[in-house]
Amino acid sequence: MLRYLLRRTAILLVSLVLAAVVLFLLLRLLPGDPVNALLPVGATPEQIEAARRELGTDVSLPVQFLNWLRDAFTLDLGRSLINTLPVGPEIVARLPVTVPVTLSAFVLAILIAVPVGALAAIRADRWYGPIINAVAQLGIAVPAFWLGLLLITVFALRLQVLPAGGFPPDGWSSPGQAIEALVLPVITVALVMSASLIRYVRAATLEVIGADFLRTARALGESPAGAMWRHGLRNASVPVIAVLAVELATTFLGAVVVESVFALPGLGSLLVRGISQHDYPVVQGVMLVSTATVLLVGFLGDIAQRLVDPRLLQRGAS
Amino acid sequence: MKRILTAVAALGLAGVLAACGGGGGDKGATSANSGAATIQVGSVYEPQNLDNTAGGGQGVTEALNGNVYEGLFKLTDAGAVEPLLAQSQKVSDDGLTYTFTLKPGVKFHSGKALTSADVKASIERVTAENSKSARKSNLEVVKTITTPDDATVVVQLKQRSISFVYNLSYVWVVNSQAKDLTTTEDGTGPYKLGDWKRGSTLSLTKFDGYWGTPAKNAGVVFHYYTDATALNNALLTNAVDVVTSEQSPDALAQFDSNKSYKVNNGKSTTKLLLAFNDKVAPFNKVEVRQAISSAIDDKKLLNSIWGDYGTPIGSMVPPSDPWYEDLTSVNAYDPAVAKQKLAAAGLPNGFSFTLDTPNYDPHPTAATFIKSELAKVGITVNIHTITPDEWYSKVYQKRDFQATLQEHVNDRDVVWYGNPDFYWGYSNPQVTKEIDQAEQAKTTDEQTALLKKANKTIAEEAASDWLYLYPQIVVASSKLSGYPVNGLNAQFYAYDIVKN
Repeated sequence: MLRYLLRRTAILLVSLVLAAVVLFLLLRLLPGDPVNALLPVGATPEQIEAARRELGTDVSLPVQFLNWLRDAFTLDLGRSLINTLPVGPEIVARLPVTVPVTLSAFVLAILIAVPVGALAAIRADRWYGPIINAVAQLGIAVPAFWLGLLLITVFALRLQVLPAGGFPPDGWSSPGQAIEALVLPVITVALVMSASLIRYVRAATLEVIGADFLRTARALGESPAGAMWRHGLRNASVPVIAVLAVELATTFLGAVVVESVFALPGLGSLLVRGISQHDYPVVQGVMLVSTATVLLVGFLGDIAQRLVDPRLLQRGAS
Repeated sequence: MKRILTAVAALGLAGVLAACGGGGGDKGATSANSGAATIQVGSVYEPQNLDNTAGGGQGVTEALNGNVYEGLFKLTDAGAVEPLLAQSQKVSDDGLTYTFTLKPGVKFHSGKALTSADVKASIERVTAENSKSARKSNLEVVKTITTPDDATVVVQLKQRSISFVYNLSYVWVVNSQAKDLTTTEDGTGPYKLGDWKRGSTLSLTKFDGYWGTPAKNAGVVFHYYTDATALNNALLTNAVDVVTSEQSPDALAQFDSNKSYKVNNGKSTTKLLLAFNDKVAPFNKVEVRQAISSAIDDKKLLNSIWGDYGTPIGSMVPPSDPWYEDLTSVNAYDPAVAKQKLAAAGLPNGFSFTLDTPNYDPHPTAATFIKSELAKVGITVNIHTITPDEWYSKVYQKRDFQATLQEHVNDRDVVWYGNPDFYWGYSNPQVTKEIDQAEQAKTTDEQTALLKKANKTIAEEAASDWLYLYPQIVVASSKLSGYPVNGLNAQFYAYDIVKN
């Protein structure tokens, strides 16, 4: 396990650096010059030079990259070109929206998908097995913004039990309003996420149901439910954990659409604003934090998989 | 297994319901106190920062102009210029020396008293080298500013400038010792800044030490949306009381037919332009520009985007400018005339050009419409979509374009046609002369007559094609009164708003 941990940590660090390089280069490929953001209309060449110096874009690309990486390691993500505020605290200020939405939706999606998916597999012979499957398949095709709008129409505009969007100005100091504001976004994300999860859970369960070890357990006198509970779940969860890690990461990054529909001040809206204004430090900062989160979640997912199924360790080692 | 499933489902449901219930109670509490209510304003224009000389965007003007910051003069919602922090003004006979006396007893939100030094510093902030104020060039006429005493400011001009007082209405008077004006403020207005949650809300609270008539409400919260539907939903669910500028034409019907809302059709200064690069072929030929102007059915375009709202316009001057004249009949829609003009320009078989189109509404829609209209007279349009940033560097700075679409939001901006170095490259010495003379006119009548003349010439020469004037639509709850309806310069005075 220790060997695996070390190797996996090395991979994590290398991917982080690679991701940072790609991020940095991609942003430089965009047309337009970021100094425009700092300059008045009809700026003189001297002013342009001064602005470049201020931005640090007067030196060569590799030097710019190393400077940025050095600062990033000390948690200094630079300052926004548009409002000159430090990017780090700006990102931190968005987390009280993005993190609760992502995590609650994730938990809710698991609570929906695991029982429903398992049921669809175990009861594949009943009338509702295929129906669950079909509904889940349909659910994958539903875009998050459409589902969000639908929920707003029903719960906010018609029934008027929940707000249509926004987040209280004083944030979590008004916990009631904050929770209220996040209910529909969480449900939206959770339903979209659970649609694909249900199919993975179902497939994993189906595979386990037909497995030899389950038949052996039954032969040793366990009830169908007992065998499933004790041996089936653990085996079925291995591929699902891998998918869960990917899903969690996707949700974290994919919050952009949902945040826009529900007018939430999260990381996604910060990213969109940064991109539309060519605010490089903001885009780089958000992307770096998101990428690091995604890689870290993948890392934890892999570790969790190996804790659940130590056989993977031997396979990986050989 | 079955029992576990039921338990899990019940738990999840209970959690969701608990959350709904908790929130429902809060809602009633916030709207109960209506005596001095806080007004909830919905907008799509979030400020980038709080400084109008640092590229904060129109959201800064909307939230802070007249509310948090005041100038020596103010532009009223009706478009008149009135004294605000200036008690009186004297102009020398040669029109070069302005002497302003300040209102007594004015205090900044920090508690410091207003002095002439603050006014001097505030004007210099706008003209400073690193200032990004859109009004910077208008104030270049200022030669010196002196402060003989704490209540008097004397401004010497390089030449006569009849718009000087009008231009001062855009200059915020800021505490000269204030720091960090991109995230904090120190103005003299009826509100001080409460809390700014970037990406979400900006709140203003009533300033108790205000020198003038206090605000009629307890405060204002601006709620910012990136999605027009989300903004309309907020109004429909009473999360906001008023929307400062409706940008989603399709959504208007639901408010028009509902007695709980009032749709106000105000005066706008925002024009949609098809701007040619008048310096490059074939747009350096007047006939080609006239042909294009005649080939596009502006009314149909306006109707397809805004329905019955908005106004066709024949030139750069909107009806709220004093030198407005209806010029829609100049180079009016007539494809037959367009073909004749093309033939006269030596292009009977048409030509093709690239249209640099900003990637946000309504530009892409307008570009497609123009493409189909011009195809009918043999002109091929290649639509090239660009971001606002690219527009700024490619079109505005480098002039590397044939034609472009752009919205021009300012009032009184016909004067740009007098500048041959502006991005569209229109150059007519007569027009330049008239516009210069108008600025140095002794009376507003003289100014108006000269600008009318210049405006007529640019319309006849189709310096650009002015497609239409945007509508300025404020949608508000019918319980609300006292809000401004004209979006002049994007300002939104909130102090008279009352909620019944």
